[in-house]
Amino acid sequence: MSGVRVLVGTHKGAFVLTADGKREKWDVSGPHFAGWDIYHLKGSPVDPNRIYASQTSGWFGQVIQRSDDGGKSWQPVDNKFQYDGVPGTHQWYDGTAHPWEFKRVWHLEPSLTDPDTVYAGVEDAALFKSTDGGKSWSELSGLRGHGTGPQWQPGAGGMCLHTIILDPADPERIYIAISAAGAFRSDDAGQSWKPINRGLHSQYIPNPTAEVGHCVHHVAMHPSRPGVLFMQKHWDVMRSDDAGDNWREVSGNLPTDFGFAIDVHAHEPETLYVVPIKSDSEHYPPEGKLRVYRSRSGGDEWEPLSKGLPQENCYVNVLRDAMAVDRLEDCGVYFGTTGGQVYASTNGGDEWAPIVRDLPAVLSVEVQTLA
Amino acid sequence: MASSANSDIALEVEEPVTQRSILDALEVRYPMLRGTIRDHQTLQRRAFLRFFACETDLSHEPPDAPLPDAVARGEEPFLIIGAIAGG
Repeated sequence: MSGVRVLVGTHKGAFVLTADGKREKWDVSGPHFAGWDIYHLKGSPVDPNRIYASQTSGWFGQVIQRSDDGGKSWQPVDNKFQYDGVPGTHQWYDGTAHPWEFKRVWHLEPSLTDPDTVYAGVEDAALFKSTDGGKSWSELSGLRGHGTGPQWQPGAGGMCLHTIILDPADPERIYIAISAAGAFRSDDAGQSWKPINRGLHSQYIPNPTAEVGHCVHHVAMHPSRPGVLFMQKHWDVMRSDDAGDNWREVSGNLPTDFGFAIDVHAHEPETLYVVPIKSDSEHYPPEGKLRVYRSRSGGDEWEPLSKGLPQENCYVNVLRDAMAVDRLEDCGVYFGTTGGQVYASTNGGDEWAPIVRDLPAVLSVEVQTLA
Repeated sequence: MASSANSDIALEVEEPVTQRSILDALEVRYPMLRGTIRDHQTLQRRAFLRFFACETDLSHEPPDAPLPDAVARGEEPFLIIGAIAGG
């Protein structure tokens, strides 16, 4: 029988939530790596038992953990993320030059074809790749070195590479996004890169339409249409129909177009989900009502989804990597909050229920659909 | 000579005995500690770890500064302590 495994990274450990295809009864395993920040966990699409996790702390730095049995047991594989050559400088908050310094891994993206190959997006922004199951890492330095790197500047959460999207139709094509540099694309498997930010408009930067400097919060893609991208920017929900070469705003009737998370329905490439957040200084839902907004038209027209979600006195946030969908027939949608709840909908967002209510602040949610 | 909160470790370190020479020797003995006490690339001490010896906080001393003679002679430990942070 089919089932799902929800991988939850939190401020104080990792949790693995499993259920059968009905998704009514959940088994909760964890905390794994108790007390550590787990920024992200993700399983290999080729071998679902292979899961990578980013474990980090201010005391002892970064550790990459790997499981080969679906999250039951883990082994540390490596912690060496060394920038290629002389790291150089990027801009600091005050505009001065600041040396590139590795801080942590924000996002792990396993290869679509090889369980031993995995990409890591790190802070200070760079992309690393391992081809030996995480035992060693090398930087794809063409990203930092393509020319605009010295102009990049950290967002409020740090200068993190938080989004990595691998094109299922073209193994040479990779998309990434950085706060607050913007989105970038490689068409040669990560060797060379170009900014893809035309059409973004950010009023808070000196040149609102600059080539780089936009605070992209997350990007999502449906695997059946890899040239169509959806973006939650700091403010504005955006869409591109040409692999990021041009973007247009599709915020439409959202109550606020600030937010972090965005995702696409598993079987309906024009159905999107976002969680509107009040503002950049007030990171909680407007009116204290937690609502997911769904568009069935690829943006512009949005409907609130609130059944089963708290509709008063709710002041949590939903972070950029904390929303995911499963691939079961009646697409499940999942998201985690900074209040420690993980909500699930088994009907595309019409109704929601918490799987767990009292975890540490949720940093990331990923879902594996199991055969 | 090196010490952690839970265990003492004896290391042979050539003169002059410094923070860097102790950490180099420690990481040779225990490779899994590379990148945990100090950053891989910059070799800077992690912010929440502190170095003490002879009742003195040496965390901000240059890594190549000689440590007290008592540490070099093995009479006093060089302490690597995880700071208590929070509030």
